[in-house]
Amino acid sequence: MDLSTKYLGLSLPHPFLAGASPLADTVERCQRLADAGIAGIVLRSLFEEQIDLEALAHHQAVFGHTEAHGEAMSYLPAADDSVFGPDEYLAHLESVKAAVDVPVIASLNGHTEGGWIDHARRIEEAGADALELNLYAVATDPGESGAELEDRAVAIVQRVTESLRIPVAVKLSPFYTALVHFALRLEHAGADGLVLFNRFFEPDVDLEALEMKTHLELSQRSELLLRLRWLGLLSGQLRVGLAVSGGVQTATDAIKAMMCGAHAVQLVTALLRGGMGRIAVLCDEVSQWLRDHDYESLRQMRGSMDSSRTPDPKAFERVNYMRTLQTYRIE
Amino acid sequence: MSTSRTATIDGNEAVARVAYRLSEVAAIYPITPSSAMGELADEWAAKDQPNVFGTVPTIVEMQSEGGAAGAVHGALQAGSLAVTFTASQGLLLMIPTLYKLAGELLPFVMHVAARTVATHALSIFGDHSDVMACRQTGCAMLCSANVQEAQDLACIAHAVTLTSRVPFVHFFDGFRTSHEVAKITLLTDDDLRALIDPVQIHAHRQRALLPDRPVLRGSAQNPDVFFQAREASNPFHDACPQAVRDAMAAFAARTGRSYQPFQYHGHAEAERVVVVMGSAAETVRSTVEHLVAHGERVGLVQVRLYRPFASAWFAAALPSTVRSIAVLDRTKEPGSPAEPLCLDVLAAIRWAEQDGSATWRATPRVTGGRYGLSGKEFTPAMVMAVFAHLGQDSPHGSFTVGITDDVTRRSLPFDADFELPCDGRTEAVFFGLGADGTVGANKNSIKILGEATDRHAQGFFVYDSKKSGAITISHLRFGRRHFEAPYLIRRAGFVACHQFGFLERYDVLDLAAPGATLLLNAPFPPDRVWAELPVEVQARVRALGLRVFAIDAAAVAAAAGVGNRINTIMQVCFFALADVLPRDEAVRLIKQSIQNSYDKKGEEVVRRNFAAVDGSLAHLHAVPLPAADADAGRHRPPTVAASAPEFVQRVTAAMLAGKGELLPCSAFPPDGTWPTDTARWEKRGIAATIPVWDEAICIQCNKCALMCPHAAIRAKVYEPALSVADLPSQAWRGHDFPGQRYTIQVAPDDCTGCGLCVQVCPAKDKTKPRHKALEMTPVRDVRDRERQRFATFLALPEVDRAAVAKLDVKGSQLLQPLFEFSGACAGCGETPYLKLLTQLFGDRLMVANATGCSSIYGGNLPTTPWAKDAAGRGPAWANSLFEDNAEFGLGMRLSVDMLAARAGKLLRGLADWLDADLLVADLLEPHARAEAWLAAQRQRVAELRRRLAGLDLPEAKELIALADYLVPKSVWLVGGDGWAFDIGYGGLDHVLSMSHDVNVLVLDTEVYSNTGGQASKATPLGAAAKFASRGKAVDKKDLGLMAINYGHVYVASVAIGAQDAHTVRVLREAEAYPGPSLVIAYSPCIAHGYDLVFGGDQQRRAVQSGVWPLFRYDPAHADRGEPPLVVDTPGGSIPVADYMRNEARFRMVEKIDPAGFRRYAAGAQRAAVRRMAVYQHIAQLRFPASSPATATAATPNGTEEA
Repeated sequence: MDLSTKYLGLSLPHPFLAGASPLADTVERCQRLADAGIAGIVLRSLFEEQIDLEALAHHQAVFGHTEAHGEAMSYLPAADDSVFGPDEYLAHLESVKAAVDVPVIASLNGHTEGGWIDHARRIEEAGADALELNLYAVATDPGESGAELEDRAVAIVQRVTESLRIPVAVKLSPFYTALVHFALRLEHAGADGLVLFNRFFEPDVDLEALEMKTHLELSQRSELLLRLRWLGLLSGQLRVGLAVSGGVQTATDAIKAMMCGAHAVQLVTALLRGGMGRIAVLCDEVSQWLRDHDYESLRQMRGSMDSSRTPDPKAFERVNYMRTLQTYRIE
Repeated sequence: MSTSRTATIDGNEAVARVAYRLSEVAAIYPITPSSAMGELADEWAAKDQPNVFGTVPTIVEMQSEGGAAGAVHGALQAGSLAVTFTASQGLLLMIPTLYKLAGELLPFVMHVAARTVATHALSIFGDHSDVMACRQTGCAMLCSANVQEAQDLACIAHAVTLTSRVPFVHFFDGFRTSHEVAKITLLTDDDLRALIDPVQIHAHRQRALLPDRPVLRGSAQNPDVFFQAREASNPFHDACPQAVRDAMAAFAARTGRSYQPFQYHGHAEAERVVVVMGSAAETVRSTVEHLVAHGERVGLVQVRLYRPFASAWFAAALPSTVRSIAVLDRTKEPGSPAEPLCLDVLAAIRWAEQDGSATWRATPRVTGGRYGLSGKEFTPAMVMAVFAHLGQDSPHGSFTVGITDDVTRRSLPFDADFELPCDGRTEAVFFGLGADGTVGANKNSIKILGEATDRHAQGFFVYDSKKSGAITISHLRFGRRHFEAPYLIRRAGFVACHQFGFLERYDVLDLAAPGATLLLNAPFPPDRVWAELPVEVQARVRALGLRVFAIDAAAVAAAAGVGNRINTIMQVCFFALADVLPRDEAVRLIKQSIQNSYDKKGEEVVRRNFAAVDGSLAHLHAVPLPAADADAGRHRPPTVAASAPEFVQRVTAAMLAGKGELLPCSAFPPDGTWPTDTARWEKRGIAATIPVWDEAICIQCNKCALMCPHAAIRAKVYEPALSVADLPSQAWRGHDFPGQRYTIQVAPDDCTGCGLCVQVCPAKDKTKPRHKALEMTPVRDVRDRERQRFATFLALPEVDRAAVAKLDVKGSQLLQPLFEFSGACAGCGETPYLKLLTQLFGDRLMVANATGCSSIYGGNLPTTPWAKDAAGRGPAWANSLFEDNAEFGLGMRLSVDMLAARAGKLLRGLADWLDADLLVADLLEPHARAEAWLAAQRQRVAELRRRLAGLDLPEAKELIALADYLVPKSVWLVGGDGWAFDIGYGGLDHVLSMSHDVNVLVLDTEVYSNTGGQASKATPLGAAAKFASRGKAVDKKDLGLMAINYGHVYVASVAIGAQDAHTVRVLREAEAYPGPSLVIAYSPCIAHGYDLVFGGDQQRRAVQSGVWPLFRYDPAHADRGEPPLVVDTPGGSIPVADYMRNEARFRMVEKIDPAGFRRYAAGAQRAAVRRMAVYQHIAQLRFPASSPATATAATPNGTEEA
């Protein structure tokens, strides 16, 4: 069965990518992913905070005490080689690129127009096949409207895409008022793909310490439904590549996502839980399903249930929401 | 290495660049002010930079200078080209080896940033007392006078040692030359190759020890041959001066820079001549040129080759017209007929006359003068005084210059206002904070002007001794013509004050020339700046006709997001006002240097600094001066309060005001004795925010007071009747002081604003948990109120020590700290332990303090933190050296025990003379050291003294003097890991091997903190430190386990931020244990590379991960048949890597070498597990009661428990 797909201009033998996660933290794991047949690897995000805030914190920690006392001009070794920017990330990227033949997609995560954006160029120079730009923003500034926030995001995307030759995907959160409109703006700004959706570190309350604590749970299959809706809504209206991230754990999950428009399927939880052998299993199961249902190829099936093609386009819209609520019963 | 022809660098770098390229092995040990030479060598080697022979030198850090000397000795014997760098005490430790090197004719160069040797006090500053202690070793000695010369003579030393086979000490003035930044012409690799003879290197190799042609060196010789063999080397020493002269000639031919072993400057027919070496020669030369231009017949002989002292050449250098000579020595040798250079000159003159080579008409009169000890300024004004003195009919045989000696009246008066003309030079001074980056920016300005223009540039930087809130004064000179001016600027055309508060504390305008430009960083709009100036400053501005400009640099910095680093902002303003470069060009160059410096540190760092630069000029304003009659406002406050003791008023206050130079000899105790309890008079007010207490929320845990590094937040309980309306309080919740009030109060002028207290505070507002019982508050909002409250708080009586129910965390913090307001870094991890020590035992505490951070914040003048209680008791503190502290402390213990025994003997002997009651028996009764018993014992001692006063017996008089020894003393040996793990380990090990009751507190910062973060044997696996820049490859030494091996030593590991109660318990157990005790204390340090407000959190992570296990090994437990080791925390609850990633020292390794970091993290994890397994194994051991392991120690008395 022909499972090939195209995402971000990359020709992939099948749609399964390793999503941004610790899965790609070491070269050895990346090699194992490649050996297990992964179609591409998304590296863990390089966070704006990693680049800027850590750089500033280290800058203060290291340089805040220099030239201050007669006996010690500094307190840490001269760190000309120690770069407080993304060089360790770049070095890792280069190592992974050298070690595997599959496409390697780097990931940048940020939300301000800070100096971190310039690192996109260095990521390209380090050999990334594509860049996933994660615009994770929690809108906390009461003085910033939704429109301004979106303008800022579009400006970031434009700045990045203008400076790069490699394709750029934008990883989004689902919390945009007018996601379709916003997605179109991103496409016009130069984005080559969208990843639906980002998952967040969400704060929890430590009742004893009266402090917030954050952690990230592995995704649940139930999260897929939200993604299916927006894949379906966007697929018919955008030219960019779409990837689903979050909630895909089985072949049927993947098939649904692709039917709703996904060109690629990012796996994290499935691989963390099921091991890298899941890649081949998923490919086999999708192939089998396609065969069983008389599809010629995955391309034939992709997008077949998006809002432009589904027999029931309203299902993606508000009517569906209303109906579901109205039909919900307490048992 | 760079091949550019000029560079603007300091003396240490100038020398290190040569030494590194001409050496194959360097063994070093850090010591101020020479540390940078070794650090640079290590840095270059880490980057695989080759020497001129194409190999990368091997750089090793040893455990002491003695070790470094031994290592280079071995390297030389085995045939490589070896070098070392040192100063002061370090050089003294190398002296035995120097004899060996010279005796074995080993070609070798040691570069010395000459520094004061500790006598009545330690000093890190420059003089020749260290190198003069080596003049007898047989080494040749070359002395450089400036940065250029330091580079050049370094090369000459390396060249000549190979040809002469005489080892060389090349020295230059510590700080004055080692730290002066100047524009020099560099020696290229080709220059070095051209000046070093490969044949001689080959010859050196051929003499190397090698089994293929075995020889023996270091034999033991007997009276039959030693003498003759010793004399057999004479030809080499005799030939050395000519070899130096030849090398200098070759150097001149290659570079055009000409040097002579003895260089004469001045009038060809001079009658008055000064002889001097080092940077002072430049000062004398400039003054001589000035005098000669004015028709004076004066001259200078600059000594460059001090050993071998070529007497004939010296005599020949003198003009035949000479009538009087002043020999200036930068050292003092009490008891000697004269200082060493003077003796050499006297001998040379005598030799010349004896052998008939003298050219002078009459024997010149020779006088000797001391100058510049401990980096004391030596100025043209002083040179003028010396020449004036020589012009007298009968000058003193021995004088001093630069001070006022009103004790022995040997000092020469000088006109402090005299200055040499400096036409065409820009002279600027900058007052900054250590933390605000002023020095770094000024070094950058010098580089910009030195390297982007044809100007000559010079910078020198004066630092105070505080590690928090330290003031720096930068002295910058720029000129179109070359100049040497190794003294501070006295009248600057540009004065910048980067911290507005300095105007209240220092006479900033004392250095302003009439008509100068004054640049202020003022946190006010321009039209308010004038009104905010103290009236004394306003008056000086008007009197001097200064142009005043101001910028709110903090606001610009905040807007740009660069924190408190106002350096680039003020730098832009300097260039805008000083007219030394076009503004646009200056901004371009500043940005270029920011890009160069910070590019790899993160583009956001660059972006923000650019924003700061761009925001500067728009906020720079001229300050309008209102009409003179509108001047009014605040006066500068007195330096110290009127209630301060007389000594503090007379001496300390002058030092605090920056006027210590003016104090005469009579102001000082002649033996280095200094009063304690002085820090309280220095109100530094350095915090921008301070904690304010909310009594409605506080739960009385006292953790804030425990963790405060500066004793700047305190707790008290007191009678309700003493309550003051304005002092917040709450009811005491303990059972020991029923009905009393409780207050937490900050000392607003002593707090450093580190925030540790707030961080550790567990009490949160139930409705707004962000608000704690302590909240950092802008000091300007609450300063006056909190000052008043702190004064009220201090006036409340201290708690009755015997009444505190339990000396745990809470109880201990009710006790008065007798270590307060030190100059340690904000957030220092060491000082909370010391403060706690003084709270527990301060009124009977004796401290032997190893040199290091703790001796600097603990004993560096002007003020010191060791304090006294209301009865006048408090810690007695002394520092001997770095390496001998354990022995020093042991000696204290031996004396205390001896005198206590003597007191006991006298008491028993006088028992019949004293009233027949229980007093004598009670005084001699074995004690448990409980606070109540101590109080009672002190009362018994007072009663004893009262009774003894009535006895007219010599024994009674003696016992009156010794009676205080009947109250037990607590002797603590305090120092850092550099001392305990490295340089002092031999002594410490020996002291621990004995049974005497000493307590050792190791403040383990895991690096040499004081000298700038060099690796020690306590540096953990994977941590970047100097000499381990890619991460230390082996784990730290387990000092605790080594001490446990003795069996009779109480050993504990503590981390006050992780388990405070454990620390309190350990200190009490250690003190109570009657044998040796060793407490190793985790001490966060700025060298770890994170904001120390999180010091407690990091300590917790260290303990949780297992890299810092908490344990107690108590031999008394073994006596009772119990396991002697208790592991208080098993660790392992978080990965070691989680701990490591929070500190830049580890993170920078991860950045450089991620795979290496992973290896180190895994290794550290394994090491932690392995260490814990060993401890757990020991913790299972049970010895038979009274086992031999503990037989050597007396049975402990145990601690009192309430």
